[in-house]
Amino acid sequence: MRLTQSFLSNISVRNVSKSTTVHAVLLAYTVIALFPILIVIVNSFKDRKGIFRDPLALPTSDTFSMVGFEQVLLRSDFGLFAWNSIIVTVLAVGLVLLLGAMAAWALTEYRFRTNLLITFLFAMGIMIPIRLGTVSILRLMVELNLVNTLTSLVLVYIAQGLPLAVYILSEFVRTIPKELVEAARCDAVSEYRIFFSIILPLLKPAMATVAVFTMIPIWNDLWFPLILAPSEETRTITLGVQQFVGQYVTNWTSVLAALTMAIVPVLILYTIFSRQLIRGLTSGAVK
Amino acid sequence: MSSSIQPEEKKPFPWHLIVFLGPGLLIYVTFSVYPLLDTLILSLYQEQSGESYFVGLENFVTLVTDENWSSAFWNALSNNFQFFAFHMLLQNPIGLILAVLLSSPKLRLAGTYRTLIFMPTMLSVVIIGFVWQLILSPIWGISEEFLYNIGLGQFFDAWLGKEGSALVTLSFISVWQFVGIPMMLIYATLLNIPDDIIDASTVDGANAFQTFLYIKLPLILPTIAMVSILTFVANFNAFELIYAVKGALAGPNFSTDLLGTFFYRTFFGFQLQQGSSTMGAAVATLMFLIILVGVMLFLFFVQRRIQRFQF
Repeated sequence: MRLTQSFLSNISVRNVSKSTTVHAVLLAYTVIALFPILIVIVNSFKDRKGIFRDPLALPTSDTFSMVGFEQVLLRSDFGLFAWNSIIVTVLAVGLVLLLGAMAAWALTEYRFRTNLLITFLFAMGIMIPIRLGTVSILRLMVELNLVNTLTSLVLVYIAQGLPLAVYILSEFVRTIPKELVEAARCDAVSEYRIFFSIILPLLKPAMATVAVFTMIPIWNDLWFPLILAPSEETRTITLGVQQFVGQYVTNWTSVLAALTMAIVPVLILYTIFSRQLIRGLTSGAVK
Repeated sequence: MSSSIQPEEKKPFPWHLIVFLGPGLLIYVTFSVYPLLDTLILSLYQEQSGESYFVGLENFVTLVTDENWSSAFWNALSNNFQFFAFHMLLQNPIGLILAVLLSSPKLRLAGTYRTLIFMPTMLSVVIIGFVWQLILSPIWGISEEFLYNIGLGQFFDAWLGKEGSALVTLSFISVWQFVGIPMMLIYATLLNIPDDIIDASTVDGANAFQTFLYIKLPLILPTIAMVSILTFVANFNAFELIYAVKGALAGPNFSTDLLGTFFYRTFFGFQLQQGSSTMGAAVATLMFLIILVGVMLFLFFVQRRIQRFQF
């Protein structure tokens, strides 16, 4: 009896120390992951003196200052940049979802001669980055008179997002029971109504996953805004921050404020949608 | 595709097919497939005063042999392989360790750790580049002070500004940002391993390490392979981090130049050299071939060999 007891307590002691180690390592890495971001955010609320004298301190009544933010808002059109990013992202993601769902449905449900070719074409786009075609995309946009428009960005981002959207949504379409569609066909429901009233609602959870995966690269992209739409009026937030920081690199309060203004909205959105995103990542949707 | 074979009959023209597939396919082909093919073709041409003429493989020969081009090209290519090697040696092992720790049974706060560690991955590479530029800046002195506090102060240097250390430092920054991806994908695979397999190995007397080595590791190999190919494609296409931190010239003395920044400079020109769309297309074509070879190797060897482990 005593032997068993000491054996058991031994195990629990070992388990406790083991779980402490696990927590210690994970906590340490969490600090490594967050520290640089937090330090930038904290220091953006300080004046120049506070930033340099004690970077690690929280802003006190003495060092608190919003001068960086004032400078950023004064010297650049941050509101417009954010608005441009929102328009481009919302339009591109919305269209990727709609066109992607329609294409996924067509490719999975209907049999036709070029089906395999088109499926393969979309599959290629998952691995081959669209950037490699930039030379010709720029020429095309010049010909179409779309340089320095948000439309050019939306079009490119739709083309960029579609392959993965079609792939993930096709996987989901396959899990929809055939009987559902067959029954509707027997009732002479049109193919359009079958898709829009039966299939599309069923795809909603998958579309949320696709939306998150499509949105992040678009919002964060620098390459295409830099090349296709660098004008002041069409600048997205990522390009706006890049240009601003490049220009005012020695003005620490401004730079820290600009970075904070780019980081905080994303972190808030991430905190709200992280469950959705992580479920998407871990559900095997991207295997 | 419906698998049942339906009897052939005269059907009306499938307008719904055009409506469903047409718009997406049109945009995808126009702005992705066509530009890529056009770029591949353009790389075989040269342009002079608005006229373009076919030159065969001359652009490629120039790229790999001409003294004005080849050193920059080989430099960018070799830097890119180093950049990739760093990711493979650091990002995936760290991601694996974090995933294994996260998946320890009955771990409290696992969701919180996961969410927080993944956070940097969500932010723009540009922003992350700037953040680290500030953190590592000798002017601000945060990292210098930190190193002094833990007794390693003498090792501090302006890493991003030195030819010997800039690329390594940028690789570290990139690894730091993207470690969340292998962590998350491996973690998902670990969660999917059926409990009875683990129980069976415990009953057979395997300790935790043996269980990991002989049961879990083979099962997560496909995920590691997939993460590797994702990393490969992303690394050979990287541009933003270098551009944000070091500019298009990828200084000091091109020591941080990757194929992405080399492509950008070739296409748009820099300093005295004029931009050239045909040479740019040639660089993009080589990048395409490198990525294609990588993806093919993955599909034909790795994927096939690990198939038998899949469950």
